[in-house]
Amino acid sequence: MDKPVDKTGIKIGMWIFLYSEIILFGGLFVLYAVYFHMHPESFVEGGLKLDRIFGAINTLVLLVSSFTVAASITAIQRSKKMHAIWFLLFSIGCGCVFLIIKYFEWGAKFAKDLYPNSDTLLDGEPGLNVFFGLYYTITGLHGLHVIIGMVLLLISLILVIKNKVTAERYAMLENSGLYWHLVDLIWIFVFPLFYLVL
Amino acid sequence: MTTEHQSFYETPAPAGLTGIKAWLLTHDHKRLGLMYLWAVFFWLILALFLGLALRTELMSIGETIMSAEVYNATFTLHGVIMIFLFVIPAIPAIFGNFFLPIQIGADDVFFPRLNLFSWYLFMIGGFFAVIALFAGDGFPDTGWTFYVPFSVSTESNVSLTVTAAFILGMSSMLTGLNFVTTVHRMRVKGMGWMQIPLFTWSLYATAWVQILATPVVSITFVLIILERFLNIGLFDPDKGGDPLLYQHLFWMYSHPAVYIMILPGMGVISEIIPVFSRKAIFGYKGIVVSSMAIAIAGSLVWAHHMYTSGMSDVSVFVFSLLTFLVAIPTAVKVFSWISTMYKGSILMTPPLLLSLVFIYLFTVGGLTGLVLGAAGPDIHVHDTQFVVSHFHFTMFGGTGFAFFAALHFWWPKMFGIMYNFKRAYIGIILATIGFIFHYIPMFILGMQGMPRRYYDYLPQFETGNFLAGFGGYLVVAGVMMMFINLFLSFREKVEAAADPWGGTTLEWSIPSPPPVHNFIDEPVVKDYPYDFSEVIMRSKKEK
Repeated sequence: MDKPVDKTGIKIGMWIFLYSEIILFGGLFVLYAVYFHMHPESFVEGGLKLDRIFGAINTLVLLVSSFTVAASITAIQRSKKMHAIWFLLFSIGCGCVFLIIKYFEWGAKFAKDLYPNSDTLLDGEPGLNVFFGLYYTITGLHGLHVIIGMVLLLISLILVIKNKVTAERYAMLENSGLYWHLVDLIWIFVFPLFYLVL
Repeated sequence: MTTEHQSFYETPAPAGLTGIKAWLLTHDHKRLGLMYLWAVFFWLILALFLGLALRTELMSIGETIMSAEVYNATFTLHGVIMIFLFVIPAIPAIFGNFFLPIQIGADDVFFPRLNLFSWYLFMIGGFFAVIALFAGDGFPDTGWTFYVPFSVSTESNVSLTVTAAFILGMSSMLTGLNFVTTVHRMRVKGMGWMQIPLFTWSLYATAWVQILATPVVSITFVLIILERFLNIGLFDPDKGGDPLLYQHLFWMYSHPAVYIMILPGMGVISEIIPVFSRKAIFGYKGIVVSSMAIAIAGSLVWAHHMYTSGMSDVSVFVFSLLTFLVAIPTAVKVFSWISTMYKGSILMTPPLLLSLVFIYLFTVGGLTGLVLGAAGPDIHVHDTQFVVSHFHFTMFGGTGFAFFAALHFWWPKMFGIMYNFKRAYIGIILATIGFIFHYIPMFILGMQGMPRRYYDYLPQFETGNFLAGFGGYLVVAGVMMMFINLFLSFREKVEAAADPWGGTTLEWSIPSPPPVHNFIDEPVVKDYPYDFSEVIMRSKKEK
């Protein structure tokens, strides 16, 4: 049982898991593709109702946080613990910013009477209802993944502080980082599909 | 192996655990396999009796023992338990966990703690299903497919049941992830890809399907729950959705899932047949390639469940063609098994008899599958008893009997005891005869037009239904006899040797039951996993 840790094996496991997450969202993207084909005009109309500035800021926030997570891994590899801690804190902060912006975005939509079963959507074009149905489902599920990613980063942060994650053994941090990149990657697809649909 | 070695029953892993904790917190793949075994036994027996209740209800016209509502809930419960708690997990989770690491010369799976976590997910999923039975407005009456719009509008406890299925799916996917990583990283030095035993190969192919397909059904179940609580309308035509898409998403997983169910069974048969023919398996590479081919082709045929749902003719044509393609690798396996026995030195034992029954029943199931895969005849028999009979031939006659075969084959290895052969034979023959009595009438009923999932029927179907019900009692009696015989072996305590059958794969080179780290000496890998020359030499010496 005292074999050396098989880092490649751990990575294979993590990549397979990430793959399954992509398939999970893949099911929703299939729905998107079919419904976009069925109601192209409504999707364009729905896309124009979303706030591109908020969306763009959120994209930027996630991209930057992806960079800082990667930087924290490099820092750990070079045994610069303090750097790693600050980079991780910054990344988790970015996650918070993302969620806060999302909160205001959803709030604004609710104020405009655009939510499942709202009068506007029930009485309007069916395509618009599907567009917003998918919007809430996909961004909601994505938001949930952001929260899970933040929890993983937080655990990694604690382990870094406790010296459980070091230059010799950083699989936990690396895998959390991979998960965070996945969250980022999915958003990269969500952003153009909903905000830039025109 | 001259000195006594303690089996994994005496040595807990991780060390230091005692009593019940040594089981509930264990990382040992063998203990986890056994824990799955007892859970699966429970679910199988429960669902078996539910099925019997259904057929009893149908034995005569009108209400016999239950009302129409109870009937609907019962067939849903029977389906959900059988699919998610027996057929999918049975062979990979029990025998896969127990034997996959041993067959490749490893001391455990790659992620032992994840393995324990999968077991807990399995138990939690089962627990949710039980709660769904008693809480709220009763168990769903939708059938295990949870088709919209009914699953969204019915009052019954769909959300909880779907959550249970979601959790069980996760458990199965994580087991698959574990197996793939284990096969890639933990093979003993010297074991190349073409030295891996066929059971492990089939589990490897299965694991990929589990990883590929399960997330699709997970998201589909999430959508059902969202629809039920928020009424978004993603599958509601009034609100711009399309109910057909639900069926697509559902079968995108659930059709590959039938290969999750059958591939490990085929792996079991591929182990048993060469051992009792004392002959190398015919076409080792052919079987390996066909396992992967079934896994790949089987992922592309889902819409053959939807010929009557209103798809375009082009889709029907394409999916029908792809469906026929799956028959090719399947037939390769059947021919390989039969060719293995040709000119072999056959030793009849309960596992071999079960394997022979498997080949027969599964072939019937496979051929009737072609009837359903062809778009024309399918329109005639779609949603009739013919379909019910077809998939029970593959799932019960196939996977079920492969599960019984695996039980009888590996029982002495897992527990170190041998069971009574005579009682086993009687049980097997009873179950087989009962099986044929039970399902052949359903083929005929289906051709005559009796729909599935109906609580009552026209008078001309009564004889067939009565016969099917009678056969049902024989099947259950036979299966129970097999199980009771196996349980009695705990009392009779006839000790089993390390290699009671003359097997060549690594699990037969270690003591029964195995020690905690599986191997005492470094395992020796044969150039070819089914090389029986040593076994034959040994038996000649004994003579």
